[in-house]
Order: sequence, then structure tokens, then C-alpha cells
Amino acid sequence: MHPWVGAGPEDRRHILAELGLKSIDDLFASIPAGVCVDGLDLPPARDEDWIRHTLGDMASSNVAMDSIPCFLGAGVYRHVQPSIVDAVLSRAEFFTSYTPYQPEISQGTLQVIFEFQTLISRLTGLDVANASLYDGATALVEAVLFSHRVLRGRRDLVVIAETIHPMYRRVLDTYTEAAGIEVVIVPPGIDGRLDPNSVREMAGDRACCVAVQSPNFLGIVEDLPQLAVAAHDGGAIAVEVVTEAVSLGLLAGGGSFGFDVVCGEAQSFGVAPGFGGPHLGFFACAPKNLRQMPGRLVGETVDEDGTRAFCLTLSTREQHIRRAKATSNICTNQGLMALAATVWLEAMGGSGLRELASSCFVRTEELKRRITDVGDPWRIAYPQSPTFNEFLLVGPGNGKELVERLASEGVLAGVPTTDWGGSWPDGVLVAVTERNPVTDLDALMGAMERLS
Amino acid sequence: MTIPDDLKYARSHEWIKAEGDSVVVGISHYAQDQLGEVVYVELPEVGAVFNVGDELGTLESVKAVSEFLAPVAGEVLEVNTRLEDEPNLVNDDSYGDGWLVKISGSTESEELLDAAGYEEFLEQESA
Repeated sequence: MHPWVGAGPEDRRHILAELGLKSIDDLFASIPAGVCVDGLDLPPARDEDWIRHTLGDMASSNVAMDSIPCFLGAGVYRHVQPSIVDAVLSRAEFFTSYTPYQPEISQGTLQVIFEFQTLISRLTGLDVANASLYDGATALVEAVLFSHRVLRGRRDLVVIAETIHPMYRRVLDTYTEAAGIEVVIVPPGIDGRLDPNSVREMAGDRACCVAVQSPNFLGIVEDLPQLAVAAHDGGAIAVEVVTEAVSLGLLAGGGSFGFDVVCGEAQSFGVAPGFGGPHLGFFACAPKNLRQMPGRLVGETVDEDGTRAFCLTLSTREQHIRRAKATSNICTNQGLMALAATVWLEAMGGSGLRELASSCFVRTEELKRRITDVGDPWRIAYPQSPTFNEFLLVGPGNGKELVERLASEGVLAGVPTTDWGGSWPDGVLVAVTERNPVTDLDALMGAMERLS
Repeated sequence: MTIPDDLKYARSHEWIKAEGDSVVVGISHYAQDQLGEVVYVELPEVGAVFNVGDELGTLESVKAVSEFLAPVAGEVLEVNTRLEDEPNLVNDDSYGDGWLVKISGSTESEELLDAAGYEEFLEQESA
């Protein structure tokens, strides 16, 4: 048989004869008839060109995000994409590489991971960052399990802010339920922010972990210094999760305020907002707990000639070495996405990231001001609370209705909160980035006024 | 390969020495040699209670992590805090300064081997 051309009819006959079977069905006889599909109702096969045209026509009936003014966010954000990101990403040396099991031979990959760790460490304000995780939701899960391990499994309670992205909380539930960890949810105060005293009360001295998101699901910046103190008062690990990583260009990461773990989603750094990912999780912690950290660490060293080189400094707790006793089941990493984030951040530079974040903030403030000026029936749900580049808009109808009506006016106004419940008004999360020129703001304001 | 006569040994390669009402536990010279350079030692908390064969902690070398087990049942009375900064003591002085934990309990156990028995056990293992 050819090594990469599939088995033909002759090959199949040969294999079946060798196995002493008459047909493919005999080979799969052990599968119960009840779970087998009896034929699929498919149209006849078509050629490639026909498929390309037909599917292309079908796809063009979608409204593409970049084709009309778009304010979608809620965990996935549109940002500028310098060409260099895709150019580096598509190099075969990176594009086809899987996780390095014989790591030191892949110096380029290790250097990228080392730079990624360094960048995340500086943005989060914590000294140790791992070589990436799958996405923000699983990063939160890893932070909770990490806290449980650090406190040696003696505390089975975790305190989670209701203003952490509802999808993250759902992913967390699938793990905590199986691990016997109890989750309590702290709702925000009337200003959409967490009250450190409620957090302190909920955690008592039983919680292994207090997890908060900032900017939170409603776009509001939390009082991180007070929340870190509230978590630590009862001996819990303080975890910050970030869903809009660009906010770290303007707001200091939780590490600067005493948080023990800062983790989250780095899609904003050069990863396109695609359906279902791939996204990119990050995880940073203090050195004292690094052996409970999931994943691996790349370090800088010198080779036998004294030349700068990179090595896998910490991987001994991973699945391929520890098997059932591994620190987590994150064994590979999102290497290519970590590369995208690294190239994107390095193309931006420190001052570039700050400028980018500032422009998101300034445009968001401008839009909020214009909405406030228009007033009834539109209002900003939490007008006094500080936001970064997203806020909750309330108007004449529930969030879902508003989004549909504004879309028919030619604007993708944001993500409705309608289906997610929560102790906040039913409205629309509006995200503004540097990709929204003033004409987008004009378009949204115009559409809103027509709906009033 | 040194196997001191005054110690007892578990088949999982820990050594045990009686000290009054308690026992000191470490890993054998053979075990540290198999592990290679130890870079991190995770010790149990003082006051924790273990049964025979429970995992007391872990020893991390450059390329692997191994558990060390409780050779006798008891409560942890003391741990070797020097290992936090000097994990290499496990390699350099496995029967002395490289000790791991002190547990309440006695070395009286039929499961434990004397030096001659442990040497024989190692020969069988490598055979």
C-alpha cells in the first residue's frame, strides 16, 4: 500500500481476505445495529468548482462583520491585524509543527514560547507565565483547579463573580461538578461592580479561590486592589480572568494589585474572531506556586559553547511524563496561536499597545456620551461605573429584539444578554475598538434614533 | 552503592531510622541515583496523617517526578525544610542531611527489610 494514498478496492479485498472476513460490514459487526445509520440522504457528488461557487453564494447571504458597522464583543474582539502576523504564521517551520516532545531541537519554537511568556508576564504583573492554554474558559478552570491544589484540596469551595463571562462559568461547572468542588456565585452590586465585602462574606475561611473578571462581562472595571484583599482575608487564592486582553495595554494586570493568578483569553492579540476558535488561553502566577501551574515553561540558557539558547525548563508535571498524576491534561499548547499573539504584540510594541488601548477607550467614551445625550428610551445600564471598551445598553425592547431591529437598520449593535440571564438588565453589550471609525458611531446613533 | 546496616528499608526504596518514639524517612542511595539530580522536593504538611503506602510527597528531577511513600503509618512530626532551598541534599547526602520527613511510629514491621534484605531485593530487581 502507498503510505499516504488511501486503500483502494483491491487493497480492501486483500485486507479482508487476510482477516478472514467477507465484507466491511463483517469488520464492524460488533457495533450494535441500533446505533448504525442506514444510508445518508445526500445529493449526488459534484465537482470542486460547482461546490466553490454554490457554497460561496450561500455564504454571501451572511452579513460579514467587516461589511457593516459592527460592535460585537462579549469575549471576542476585532482588532487591527498587521500583515506580518499571517506572514510569520504561514511559514512551514511554524505552521506544521506540533508540540515539541524533543524540545531542544526546535529552538525557533522555544524562542517564540519564551517571548510569549515574557510578554504575558509583563502584561499581567506576575513573574511566571506558562506557554499558553486552549482558551479563556479553560484558563479559568485551570486557575480554579490550581487554587484547589495549592491549598492541598482542603478547601472545596470556590467563589465566582456572576460577572465572569457566563460561557466561562458553564465550562467551569463541567469540571467542578466532577471534582466535587462547590461553586458559589457573587452577584454584582447596583453599580455593576463587585462589592468586596460581599466577596469577603461569601468566601469566609472556606474558599480556596475567589475569581473575578475585569473588565467584567458588563465591560466594567473592577476594584482589583480591594478584591485581592477580600480574597486574601479568608486565605483564598485571588484569581483575575481577562477576556479582552487589549485592556492590559491601559489597565495594570491583577498581579500589580496582589492577585495570585491572572489568566484569560488572548484572542485579541492577533487571532481572528472565527467561529469556535482557535482561541488562546494564558495563565500567569507567582513563582512560589509554579509547580502547581498547568502546562510547561521554556527558559533561557546557554549551550556548551556559551551561546544563548532555549530549553524546556519545566514540563515534568505534564501528561506525557506523569500520566494520571499530571498537574492538568493540558499537554500540548496552542503553539501557533501563541506565535500569532507574540508577533502581534511585538509588532505593536509597548507604546503601540497603549495607544491602541487608549483609542478603544476614547471611542467608547465618545459613544457613551452621545447615547447619554440622546437619552430616553436609550440608556447606559451603569452610567457611573468605569468601563474600558464595552458597556451594557438598554433600550425600547429586550436585547435580542434590539439587536435584530438595529441589524435591519444596517448595524451589528452588539451581543444581547437576553439568553444568558443574570442580575442585570436585559440589553445589548456594545463593544468599541479601534476598528470602529467615527462613521460607525454615526451609523449606530442614526439607527438608534430611528428606533426611538 | 551504600546501604547502611543501622537502617531499615521499604521495597519502594525509602529508608527508615528509629529515633525515640518516631522514625526518620529518606530515600536510599540507589533511589537517588536512579532519579538523577533532584531539583525540587514537595513535602507533606506537619500534622498530616498517613497510612502505609500513601504518597507522602514528590521528588522532581530534571526529567521526571516520582512519589515517595509512607513506609510506616503515622503523623508527620517534622519535615526537612532545608530541602526547599537545597534539594540536592537528597543526592549528596541521602542518608544524612537529605532526610525527608519525621513520622510518629515505629520501625517494627514485617514489610520492612534490613540492609541485607534490601541488598538482595535490589539484586533481584536488577536481575
